[in-house]
Amino acid sequence: MPTETRKEVYKTMVRTSVMDDIFYLAQRQGRISFYMTCSGEEASVVASAAALNQSDEVFAQYREQGLFLWRGFGLDEVANQCCSTTKDPGKGRQMPVHYGSKELHVHTISSPLGTQLPHAVGAAYHMKLKEEKRIAACYFGEGASSEGDFHAALNFASTLQCPVLFLCRNNGYAISTPTEEQYHGDGVLSRGQGYGIDALRVDGNDAIAVYAAVSDARSKCLSTQSPVLLELVTYRSGHHSTSDDSTRYRDPDELQSVGHQLSAIDRFRAYLYDRKLWTDQEDREFRDHVRAECLHALEAAERERKPPVTGMMSDVYETVPKHLHEQQYAALHQMGVDDL
Amino acid sequence: MLGKKRRRKLSSVPEAVTATKRMNLCAAVNDALRITLKKDDSSIVFGEDVAFGGVFRCTSELREQFGRNRVFNTPLSEQGIVGFAIGYAAMNCTAVAEIQFADYIYPAFDQIVNEAAKYRYRSGGMFNVGGLTIRAPCGAVGHGGHYHSQSPEAYFCHTPGLKVVMPRDPIRAKGLLLSSIRDPNPVIFFEPKILYRSVVAEVPVEDYTIPLETAEVVRPGKDVTLIGWGAQVNVLMETAQLAEAKGVSCEVIDLVSLLPWDAETVVESVKRTGKAIVSHEAPITNGFGAEVAATIQEHCFYNLEAPVRRICGFDTPFPLVHEKYYLPNKWRCVEAVFDLVAA
Repeated sequence: MPTETRKEVYKTMVRTSVMDDIFYLAQRQGRISFYMTCSGEEASVVASAAALNQSDEVFAQYREQGLFLWRGFGLDEVANQCCSTTKDPGKGRQMPVHYGSKELHVHTISSPLGTQLPHAVGAAYHMKLKEEKRIAACYFGEGASSEGDFHAALNFASTLQCPVLFLCRNNGYAISTPTEEQYHGDGVLSRGQGYGIDALRVDGNDAIAVYAAVSDARSKCLSTQSPVLLELVTYRSGHHSTSDDSTRYRDPDELQSVGHQLSAIDRFRAYLYDRKLWTDQEDREFRDHVRAECLHALEAAERERKPPVTGMMSDVYETVPKHLHEQQYAALHQMGVDDL
Repeated sequence: MLGKKRRRKLSSVPEAVTATKRMNLCAAVNDALRITLKKDDSSIVFGEDVAFGGVFRCTSELREQFGRNRVFNTPLSEQGIVGFAIGYAAMNCTAVAEIQFADYIYPAFDQIVNEAAKYRYRSGGMFNVGGLTIRAPCGAVGHGGHYHSQSPEAYFCHTPGLKVVMPRDPIRAKGLLLSSIRDPNPVIFFEPKILYRSVVAEVPVEDYTIPLETAEVVRPGKDVTLIGWGAQVNVLMETAQLAEAKGVSCEVIDLVSLLPWDAETVVESVKRTGKAIVSHEAPITNGFGAEVAATIQEHCFYNLEAPVRRICGFDTPFPLVHEKYYLPNKWRCVEAVFDLVAA
């Protein structure tokens, strides 16, 4: 990883973490309805994003906000989506953290698990036919690897030889279900081998290792026009979401011992300190700066207007069909809005 | 809008047809796919056993003409086929996916309902899978039993974001399939497989489309309105002939598109006739006929001279040995016609 990239990756990891803290607390204060943190998995997400090309088409799950930030998604965009404002390009229709950006080549997040995997394969097939010099990258968790779509996607990618990179964040838990109850056998890695796909297991908490593995895997996808599977072994040190309390199923001692020991941010910071690439003061100042930026974005988003109710019927179809026009008219009439 | 009087022309097929060719419905589908592959560089046609021509021969010789990259087999996984198609279509390309039998579409239900149907809405219009068309043979075929006979259209008609289309003959099959493929929304195109070889027509050779969301008055009449779609329209035409022999004039409407559907044409007709029968092969309870009946009730209540009748499949799994008793055949339909007229 080039020196400058190391600093940028670290900063985006910290940015993600600080942002998560603030938005998590904002949910606790009732300012947003829901949130999901990426705590513990910052290296897996950000370092992998850094090793991809900006034009690679990404199909993510819902814990990859670090990738959005890496690609240039603003904290204001995060806040507007989480607050469902008029400035949310998703028009306020989805729960928080379901970001998307056409410009940044990241398809809009959906909640169903694993559904994005075959999408990535289809997108990669297009790139192969058009001989585009880019790949599709697909993120998911080890829980999603139990879904049928995971298996269908790997099999399609292998038989149709598609340049798609499967990035599994194996963070130890699917909500409360630990990996021992999710699968037996040699992890998610072995499924790749079973489908004839090159697969590699990586320390997902080591930003440099993740970057190196993803860079190599991406090159291989492109040069061989075939899929690669990476299992990034990491640890979900936060709750599944703000609707979850992981102390109900996870020993706090485990979080203390494993979670902190594996902390990707702490490890990478120690590495940068050691090489004099980053200082304690810089770290403090940067965190303060991001915190201020987040609070500002959140406050601004809270002042934004909500999307107009007239937008409820748009985008169901490319153009609003007759029956939806009628329903919209009826809905607005009921609300006393007759001047359409 | 529903009160507006408007007569539709009987046929929506291009009037200045230069050349036609005798085709069965299978050949008409094949012709539409060939035109698509020829004119749209981004289009691909795929599914289980598609490469050698498909189990119904609808994709016959396409691979030879357009190559293995654009016409190909996939592994045997319906959720994989539709998920893959969604991803391909999301790159602003045309994906024509085949589900070998509509009875086997259910593994893809999540991909269709949660992904394809919502791709545009959930992204605020940033992304869409308008280039997606899913073809699936449906309906009774005489010996299909539980798993080669179903008509699952109602499940999909409950999903905003999808379009659902079913043709009744080769001419409509070609024009409607081309419309479905070019429509900027995901479309499920159900092909009544009983018609693949049993119905032959002079199909225009040229590239033509038939509008979606527009019902067609297939036979004008004044006493009773008969509403159906797909192969059932032919049953209703036979019903109308039987009724005519007894002096009852039936108007037959082919809905063509089930989602969105053309309520206006139906309402206009029922307001004139005062009597309506809606008929489909799928089980009666919660079938799409219920939606049609409810809409007629809401808009034609004061014009109705008898209750709206639904003549449909029974609420059982599709029974092999009892198929002819299960189906809403012309005898069941015509009996309902006479009941309504006597009411």
